Amino acid sequence: MPKRTDIHSILLIGSGPIVIGQASEFDYSGTQACRVLRDEGYRVILVNSNPATIMTDPEFADRTYVEPLDADVVAAVIERERPDALLPTLGGQTALNLAVALSERGVLDRYKVELIGASIEAIHTAENRERFKSAMTEIGLAVPNSGFAYHLDEAVKVGDEVGYPVIIRPSFIMGGGGTGIAADAEELLRLAETGLAASPISEILIEKSIAGWKEYELEVMRDHADNCVVVCSIENLDPMGVHTGDSITVAPAQTLSDVEYQRMRDAAFACIRRIGVDTGGSNIQFAVDPATGEMVVIEMNPRVSRSSALASKATGFPIAKIAARLAVGYTLDEIPNDITRMTPASFEPTIDYVVTKVPRWAFEKFPGTSGVLGTRMQSVGEAMAIGRTFPESLQKGLRSLEHGRWGLNCDPGEAALDEFDDDELVRRAAVATPDRPFQLEGALRRGISVERLHQATGVDPWFLDQICLITDERGRLTSIGTAGGMTRRDWRRAKRLGFADAQMAWLWGVPEHDVRAARLAAGVKATFKTVDTCGAEFDANTPYHYSTYEDEDEAQGGQRPTVVILGSGPNRIGQGIEFDYCCVHASFALRDAGFDTVMVNCNPETVSTDYDTSDRLYFEPLTYEDVMNVLEVEKEQLLGVIVSLGGQTPLKLAGRIPAELVLGTPPAAIDEAEDRERWNALCIRLGIPQPDGGTAADLDAALTITNRIGYPALVRPSYVLGGRAMEIVYNDEDLARAMAELAGFGSLGREGGLSAERPVLVDRFLEDAIEVDVDALRDATGEVLIGAIMEHVEEAGVHSGDSACVIPPPTLTAAIVAVIEGHTRAIAEALGVRGLLNVQYAVQRDNVYVIEANPRASRTVPFVAKATGVPLAKVAARVMVGATLAELRAEGVLKPPAPGAHVSVKEAVLPFNRFPDVDTLLGPEMRSTGEVMGIDVTFGLAFAKSQTAAGDRLPERGTVFLSLADRDKPGGLIAARRFVELGFGLAATGGTARYLQDNGVPVGEVVGKVGQGPSGPGSGGGDSGRSAVDLIANGEIDLVVNTPRGRGPRADGSYIRLAANVQGVPCLTTAAAALAAAGGIADWARHGLSVRSLQEFHEEGQQRLDL
Amino acid sequence: MSDRHQNELVEAHLVLADGTVFEGEAMGAVVEVATGEVVFNTVLSGYQEVITDPSYAGQVISFTYPHIGNYGISEADSESARPFCRGVIVRELAHRPSNWRSTVDLGTWLAAHGVPGITGIDTRRLTRHIREAGSMPCAFGTADEATLRAAAQAERGTDGLDLVAGVTTPVRYTVGDGPLRVVAYDFGIKTSILRQLSRIATVEVVPASTPAHELLDNPPDGVFLSNGPGDPAAVTYAISNIAGLLGQVPVFGICLGHQLLATALGGDTYKLPFGHHGGNHPVKRLRDNAVEITSQNHNYAVTVGSVNSADVTHLNLNDGVVEGLRSRDVAAFSVQYHPEAGPGPHDARYLFEEFKDLMIAFRAVH
Repeated sequence: MPKRTDIHSILLIGSGPIVIGQASEFDYSGTQACRVLRDEGYRVILVNSNPATIMTDPEFADRTYVEPLDADVVAAVIERERPDALLPTLGGQTALNLAVALSERGVLDRYKVELIGASIEAIHTAENRERFKSAMTEIGLAVPNSGFAYHLDEAVKVGDEVGYPVIIRPSFIMGGGGTGIAADAEELLRLAETGLAASPISEILIEKSIAGWKEYELEVMRDHADNCVVVCSIENLDPMGVHTGDSITVAPAQTLSDVEYQRMRDAAFACIRRIGVDTGGSNIQFAVDPATGEMVVIEMNPRVSRSSALASKATGFPIAKIAARLAVGYTLDEIPNDITRMTPASFEPTIDYVVTKVPRWAFEKFPGTSGVLGTRMQSVGEAMAIGRTFPESLQKGLRSLEHGRWGLNCDPGEAALDEFDDDELVRRAAVATPDRPFQLEGALRRGISVERLHQATGVDPWFLDQICLITDERGRLTSIGTAGGMTRRDWRRAKRLGFADAQMAWLWGVPEHDVRAARLAAGVKATFKTVDTCGAEFDANTPYHYSTYEDEDEAQGGQRPTVVILGSGPNRIGQGIEFDYCCVHASFALRDAGFDTVMVNCNPETVSTDYDTSDRLYFEPLTYEDVMNVLEVEKEQLLGVIVSLGGQTPLKLAGRIPAELVLGTPPAAIDEAEDRERWNALCIRLGIPQPDGGTAADLDAALTITNRIGYPALVRPSYVLGGRAMEIVYNDEDLARAMAELAGFGSLGREGGLSAERPVLVDRFLEDAIEVDVDALRDATGEVLIGAIMEHVEEAGVHSGDSACVIPPPTLTAAIVAVIEGHTRAIAEALGVRGLLNVQYAVQRDNVYVIEANPRASRTVPFVAKATGVPLAKVAARVMVGATLAELRAEGVLKPPAPGAHVSVKEAVLPFNRFPDVDTLLGPEMRSTGEVMGIDVTFGLAFAKSQTAAGDRLPERGTVFLSLADRDKPGGLIAARRFVELGFGLAATGGTARYLQDNGVPVGEVVGKVGQGPSGPGSGGGDSGRSAVDLIANGEIDLVVNTPRGRGPRADGSYIRLAANVQGVPCLTTAAAALAAAGGIADWARHGLSVRSLQEFHEEGQQRLDL
Repeated sequence: MSDRHQNELVEAHLVLADGTVFEGEAMGAVVEVATGEVVFNTVLSGYQEVITDPSYAGQVISFTYPHIGNYGISEADSESARPFCRGVIVRELAHRPSNWRSTVDLGTWLAAHGVPGITGIDTRRLTRHIREAGSMPCAFGTADEATLRAAAQAERGTDGLDLVAGVTTPVRYTVGDGPLRVVAYDFGIKTSILRQLSRIATVEVVPASTPAHELLDNPPDGVFLSNGPGDPAAVTYAISNIAGLLGQVPVFGICLGHQLLATALGGDTYKLPFGHHGGNHPVKRLRDNAVEITSQNHNYAVTVGSVNSADVTHLNLNDGVVEGLRSRDVAAFSVQYHPEAGPGPHDARYLFEEFKDLMIAFRAVH
């Protein structure tokens, strides 16, 4: 049956901000769905709060609502747009949960919106664990022995019945939030409490733990004619007990015989049919007892998932695209396979390579976390690597992570294992942590047996044996000892096992360049193979390649001038989807302009690694060696390489790629902005004031600087994005500790520590300054376009990535704005920028100081584009290959910035709910994983929307708790007064309460900060005898305003913030944010909710220009 | 240090009849020269079933999936008593298998059965080459390239050869105890087929050359025509036997059995450029347009439109090859693919039930 003609408009719900467990894979799936549905002629209405996504580009939908993903808001969109259908299966758990909420509220019935893709019944059967369990039992599939609990005493009863250890799984959650393994009743109680809180229906499943079993996943698709196919099987290297999002996973399954695999396939089909997913993709997880082959079903997602994105990239089968087509009525056999074009999508991909996904964690950002992996997902991103064999793909995957490792050991990082004796090493490997693969290799190298490691870790002997191949090869390389001693066969064997030139160079103590030269001289160079869904059985039309070391090279350069775009690698805090957005835009813009575009990236969650985003895709690690291999293939038509759109990852390579190939701002200018001395000289020459400061490679040098400039001082490493290890220090002791951490014990240790080439920047910290970000563009003629000036809500000192920011700036005077624009133009000119430039300023009492300038894409580029309608990244890409702004205006690519009557607020989304023991206080180290945008006609409304979108919906009534540092009291007073005017009651700690009362603001309850007695270290109770923590825990507080006292390393107030975090009460940690919130609540009360699409905002802006 | 792979690698080469050379290392039974017709198979799992499928007699199997041998060998998964193929080509042989049912690793098992192999081959290059140039004879082993080239050129492949005679059972035997009685012609029958048949019938397996009249002396409820190796046109005795059975008893054929049935019904067969060997071929069941993912292993196929007295029941969605036939005149049907799986998906197992229904219906009328 062809597509449905009885529906004309379809509402798609995105997944909102990037959070742990729900990342850019849904931008990939949503973007694919938007494109497909529009190609099919449907009117597409999209709601997503995340401005950094590609799907929220106005060109991907007919109506794009960048609005909070909240049932009220989506209901308002439905009321306004009256879509015929809602497709909820491509926006992750967020979209699915919203669909359920809209259905339960009767919104879908009221507006006659048909749910397509999955029915409410199916969603409930899959997501409600009790119903899922009985459904599986009904069709004869085993599930682990388990029971449900709705409160704590019930939990203990079930735990006793099931038998310990047990695993706790809350219903209706994603990414394993609130799950854990309990060894006894005591642990169960603790976990059940968080689990019940995490489940929106307060239901948890307590299930017999099968930790140690092998874990598998099948990606299944079904059409409305009941045709089912398996797209991909995935096997986890880590056994059950580690969340699959935190496991190293491998496709296809490696250790299942066909008998076992087909049994699993039958079970998967039975499951998807019983659950009743009518059309689309689902993933079903299984566990297999390695000793008996017994198989149980763990769970199924009735939607496209993170694994679907991985499976799509791993096989070339575009699950989201096909799911969208199936949802509108096509059957699998009616859809052609994009890659072969000659065969239909109703087949099962077969692959002739191995895909390994390795997660990337950010534990260094969250001091106090244990770094131990469990059933709650903690990784913030992932890299995928393709090799012909598992060892090759594993080593490629590990070096793709950019975590300072070059493969599976055989690099400086392996020294960390030296301190452990054999028993300790095995003991450590037995606990799942990010270091496990390195520990396994280290142990095997010491001669510890596969059997012993298998017993200790549960890692399958096959994987261990494959790691042994790497170990053995290293032994051979060691005995050969030099690059000169290697024969052609030797090189080929080592490269086929995934050894990087850099690893061999380290092993032999020679420069990497020598290894590369000797290898090429021996005739061993990378060959590229194609991902084609069919194991080469049919001809592939899609140039989606990976490197390996084989006989035949399938990659060919293009016929047109070619631009290589280097992507941003795995998502991490500080470098995420925003940069993928920029890379994808560059590719689109350059393709439109007649260039061949080539993408190099290794992140499976992104649009950039979709095989039809660019003319050619190379799924490769972003290292010098791997990038040079691609440039070699593309050299005939190669115009150049774009390094400035993918964040710090490609920028780090800029210096090693031949300078003449770097497009846009020359590497020397990038260095000039990064190199402290030259940058200072430039600012002095231009007469632009900077905070005092200097660079230091050791503590003595740092002390010399602070003696000159005084405290507080901002200490930060150069060449690091996202404020890694950035800190504000208040005295010599702080400084000494910060320098020691930077020297190698802290988070930078992994990236090489301190050196004269990588010094630390020490600057005077400007207190109470307003921070301002500017994104600008300059072309070859010298014309500068100011994209936007963004004012931060939080003051300087909070990392710009964690701070809310506003377009247009609400408090800056026209004069200040003019000064900022002038400085930005001058800097762009002086650096010789060709492309994007981001400049950060601090405005302190009418003085504008420049903090830093980066001649590259910033993370605010997509937000600016959504706020102003100017496609900065596209324009930048064109400018980098020679177009002028005037030409782009003439072409219509560049429209003038449209001021409009709207205000846009970008708010950061922080992962504290994943790390319940971590202080939520914001600081100079960036910790947010994603962002949301609120857009409306006043700052207050836009701010309120941004808070709702970030998951901290501001209360409309109730009690606000305040605990303010002295310096924040004047600002806090204004906010408090407004809260009272709005009808809120106040509670406050002693000092704050006195200050407020002295200034005529009534405080209902005066409390101590924490409880007296056993619940925490006491610091004195207040009048009521109750502590702030008690109040918050009792649910008596609706909003917390807690600003830290002083600005040193402090635990002060952290109990309040922790309690708010646990209780899910919005918690603001700056007076500025409190004031903005009060404004937002007031505006919200006055105007009520209204929704409006980006297209309307932008069109209105353009119309105003025309007047 | 028992986990280390210190055993020396023995260099070997693979040479195709057209002179294309690949380098690798010997595995399995190490020989100077092995020859056969090289075909590629795209299954991700099921190498043991593939290698023990008698239909590969005369052929050298190259696996497109690089890691082969991961879960070792489990005796229960063999499709016949021993491998009949001439050799095995892989990219990466697993040294240490891992599976609770495994009793021995693939390399050791191949050596024990005298099957030579070669590992380390760029099997994707080989697949692409065969895809473009067609299946062709090859030679591989530890001999020098010139020797191998000569051997490859001397190897005649499978065209026009009766390979069935080499794989069929010499004696009759019975399996299962189902209510119906089926005689199965063994042209190279797979254990998985017998397993499926024996669920519905008591199955008497007979040598390929058993004359039709011997069967009709005591007419069974149905006759099954098995899979088997090589060129159907070369198995002339089977074709005439089948012709003698049609109309007398219900007939169901799989793979070679399908080709032989088609020929007996007056159809023609032809050789595909490189055949279908894998577990992922989409087949459309024309009666309701359902798609079955099928297991396939054949180099020959029935010419479209050559069987006037039968309806085409199934079509390959990739290339339009006739995948199923049903006679309009007599109780006979067949499929080109492998509903018994082994290895591969179970989507089409319902066909054995249809055979049962056909036999019961036939018995009711006659």
